[in-house]
Amino acid sequence: MIDKQVKTTADAVAGVCDGSTVLVAGFGAVGVADNLLDALHEQGARELTIVANNSGNGDYGLARLINSGRVRKVICSYPRSGDYSAFLKAYRAKSLELELVPQGTISERMRCHAAGLGGFFSPVSAGTKLAEGKETREIDGRLHVFEQPLKGDIALIKAHKADRWGNLTYIKSGRNFNPVMAMAADLTVAEVDQMVELGEMDPEAVITPSIFVDRVVVVGAQA
Amino acid sequence: MTPNAYQPLTREQMAWRAAQDLVEGAYVNLGIGIPTLAASYVPPGREVIFHSENGILGMGPKPEPGREDRYMVDAGKNLTTLVPGGCFVHHADAFLMIRGGHLDVSLLGAFEVSEKGDLANWTTEDPAFPPGIGGAMDLAVGAREIRIIMDHTSKKGEARILTTCTYPLTAPGCVKRIYTNLAVIDVTPQGLVVIEMIPGMTLEKLQALTEPKLQLTANWQPLTPPEAPKARAA
Repeated sequence: MIDKQVKTTADAVAGVCDGSTVLVAGFGAVGVADNLLDALHEQGARELTIVANNSGNGDYGLARLINSGRVRKVICSYPRSGDYSAFLKAYRAKSLELELVPQGTISERMRCHAAGLGGFFSPVSAGTKLAEGKETREIDGRLHVFEQPLKGDIALIKAHKADRWGNLTYIKSGRNFNPVMAMAADLTVAEVDQMVELGEMDPEAVITPSIFVDRVVVVGAQA
Repeated sequence: MTPNAYQPLTREQMAWRAAQDLVEGAYVNLGIGIPTLAASYVPPGREVIFHSENGILGMGPKPEPGREDRYMVDAGKNLTTLVPGGCFVHHADAFLMIRGGHLDVSLLGAFEVSEKGDLANWTTEDPAFPPGIGGAMDLAVGAREIRIIMDHTSKKGEARILTTCTYPLTAPGCVKRIYTNLAVIDVTPQGLVVIEMIPGMTLEKLQALTEPKLQLTANWQPLTPPEAPKARAA
């Protein structure tokens, strides 16, 4: 019998190696797997590359990993969001590297890896500083920039409901980066509010199909 | 009245003015800051569908007290609502809508705009703070029409509508219309054309606050939003 549920958040993040690329879903504080991020802090992996939209808040979750010096690089679109003091301190100390990527390019680079594609040409950032050094091509009279696929070693997903196969649903704008990140990592781990019986989810309403999910842990309803 | 004998518009008045140009049935993305306010000032009875980069299509006004939902945030991470008919998509689809030309209009903020419609709104190159792009570069190349809402000059009174942007570009040649606290200006192949000015403003005074040459259209109108625009309720 397939059962992807694990007992603890520690089990969920077990085996993450130093130097891993971690896909951290969420937009601001919404749809972020903070329990898994804290478990990753306990787990102790270092030299992490974080892919996220923002750069963490306060001193929990991603910000805690940064404050503890576990993060080597952050790939994000908008670090200046909320109380990003942990990131700001590390940025000013030059103890981590920032790769700033347009938001849609981050998500599409991950989708591209998930889809088995070798990259794509995008008009976004053409003619700007961000395109310097990148391959360009004129397509239909418009300048495009080549973007590489982006893959995670692990994705930390925040979902609402899961079943034992790993089918997932989300809540409202808490969906954001979660489905695309869930598809783009070697190991996809989801923290969820609740488990439901197999077959109980409306199949029309499953947002992330089980094929993309490796581990599920219940962290209790927070809604 | 100020010593200049004119009263610049408030943030709400600028948002109100931009909202009047959003037509029935338009799909519109609002950037963070003043553009977000525009959702509240669409004329009653007019259906405009707002898109938020974090996967909301059919975003409504801010919630009434007691109706807040922490799973409902806009691009600026402020609490928002969903209108009947609204739905959610994931990030890759939210940006497919942006990049693929499916949005009619995006209203954005800016540090600088050039006379050719170049937009600079992601970095001032201050080494003490990280830059932030968010969805601005995607919107600038993807939405069918980019309109900017910004103060006409910097806090120090320096021009922000320039011959050439001094800050790094978000995208070249994308801006079609600029709503400032003093005027409404169209970016055209023939240059910048003023279509509205606030009472007490003259082309000469406006030109002194603008680097490239301005033209005043023959049938220009006074820019007179309500003193305190009434926001739509959720």
